[in-house]
Amino acid sequence: MQRVAISLFLSLKLEMIRPIGRISLDVIGGLGDFSLFCGKSFLSLPRSRKLWQRFVRAVHEQGAVCLPVVMVVGVFTGLVLGLQGYHVLSRFGSEGLLGTMVSLSLVREMAPVLASLMLVGQAGSALAAELGIQRNTEQIAALETMGIDSIGYLVAPRLLASLLVYPAQAALFVVVGLWGGSVSGSMLLGVDSGVYWSAVDRAIEFHDLIECFSKASIFGLLATSICSYQGFHAGLNHATSGARAVSAATTRAVVLSSIMVLMSDYIISSFFV
Amino acid sequence: MHTEPSDILTISGLKKNFGGREVLTGIELAVPRGMIFTVLGPSGAGKSVLLKCLAGIITPDAGVIMFDGSALGENDFSRRDFRKRSAVLFQGNALFDSLTALENVSLPLEQTTQLDKDEIRARSLDSLRQLEMEDFRHHHPGELSGGMQKRLALARAIVTQPELVLFDEPTAGLDPLRRNAVFAMIAKYQRLARFTALIVTHDVPEAIVASDRVALLENGQIRFEGTPADFTSSSHPVVSMFRDSEAALRSTILSIRSPEPLPS
Repeated sequence: MQRVAISLFLSLKLEMIRPIGRISLDVIGGLGDFSLFCGKSFLSLPRSRKLWQRFVRAVHEQGAVCLPVVMVVGVFTGLVLGLQGYHVLSRFGSEGLLGTMVSLSLVREMAPVLASLMLVGQAGSALAAELGIQRNTEQIAALETMGIDSIGYLVAPRLLASLLVYPAQAALFVVVGLWGGSVSGSMLLGVDSGVYWSAVDRAIEFHDLIECFSKASIFGLLATSICSYQGFHAGLNHATSGARAVSAATTRAVVLSSIMVLMSDYIISSFFV
Repeated sequence: MHTEPSDILTISGLKKNFGGREVLTGIELAVPRGMIFTVLGPSGAGKSVLLKCLAGIITPDAGVIMFDGSALGENDFSRRDFRKRSAVLFQGNALFDSLTALENVSLPLEQTTQLDKDEIRARSLDSLRQLEMEDFRHHHPGELSGGMQKRLALARAIVTQPELVLFDEPTAGLDPLRRNAVFAMIAKYQRLARFTALIVTHDVPEAIVASDRVALLENGQIRFEGTPADFTSSSHPVVSMFRDSEAALRSTILSIRSPEPLPS
């Protein structure tokens, strides 16, 4: 009786452990596959032909197309920071530090994170959907049968572009955010404009800029590689195909990229603090 | 399988299964050089899987594919050589929406050859001219009709002067007139460019008229191989069932429309 109970208990335990093991293996396999994909993308760069044209197109897709969104979000972030910062600082009679607060918040956190999240939402989702459709309409297979390195042709220029575009968009976010902060702090709430801008000038140091651009570059690489990977494998690694596969890949791309941006933000920040 | 020197492609013992379901169960086939060879078969017989195995898009589970005497898949070199000397025309054409017709045709030359810009342009325009698409060189695929897209896809396939062109269901979803036009186009440019055409389709009448040899694939195996005349006169049960499907349909419809009550 006791032996039966023990074997029942063990088999139940095994049944519980099995899914955990399966998921762990899937995650490890997926990470390995993703690492190989990223490695192939970078290794294909030196061999890629006519890279410049595709790089310019990728810069346009990620940069020019997303510019309005990043600017609007940047202005409103600055406006809110100015408004909230003024009310917090005025409790301590330190309204003069508004420029310092707004600029450091923007440069060290808000600009790289929010600009990257906006880029993930617009350029990243478009990239995943485009690659997913290309996979489903056999365009990627066509490249391979023509002897063209599909990862080098489709992914490598976008990864390269992200190294330029994400930091540039973060820089733009800082500029419009500072202007938004000055509008709400100086024009609407009465902080002296000279005091605001001189605080901004004194607050931002070289290592803050390094933090801002390092974060933006890493977020760009992470988001672009995740979105490319998801789109590139739409319908290959999962049971769905066609429009459902593209929609699932796009959703996964945006969700995973956003999570990875926020997770890596914490890790990178811990090195700079 | 015995291989003739004149065979550009020989396939032996090719097997592929998906999730336990055997789609190809040991294909044996030899494709003679310079001919139009059509693999016929009902939907789900494994025609596209066979073509994708040949094109290297799907890796077979077993079997040997020999291209011009060399086994494919043994090393990267043999597959690279195959890709250089062959082309695939996909069912949905697989044209790049963001590129113009001329850029689509130039793409394989730009990315895989050392030709200079002028030579690439000249050869691409020549290929478009052959398919009567030169006037549409600045159009994007989305601005072209279905038939024109098919011609553009063929122009891209022949621009590298391949020895073998694989056609995956080239007439899928087309009306009978367009089906005829596509087969006529394949026959015309096969003769002009002298490539070997391997077509997979389920359009029996058009394939029989346009092909030099036909094979019938059913349940993952080649059930028949011969000339179109052999196919027409064959008494093989699977061949006659597939060939005479129109007569079978006519008899079914007549029985449905007869005054007799339908069996419950």
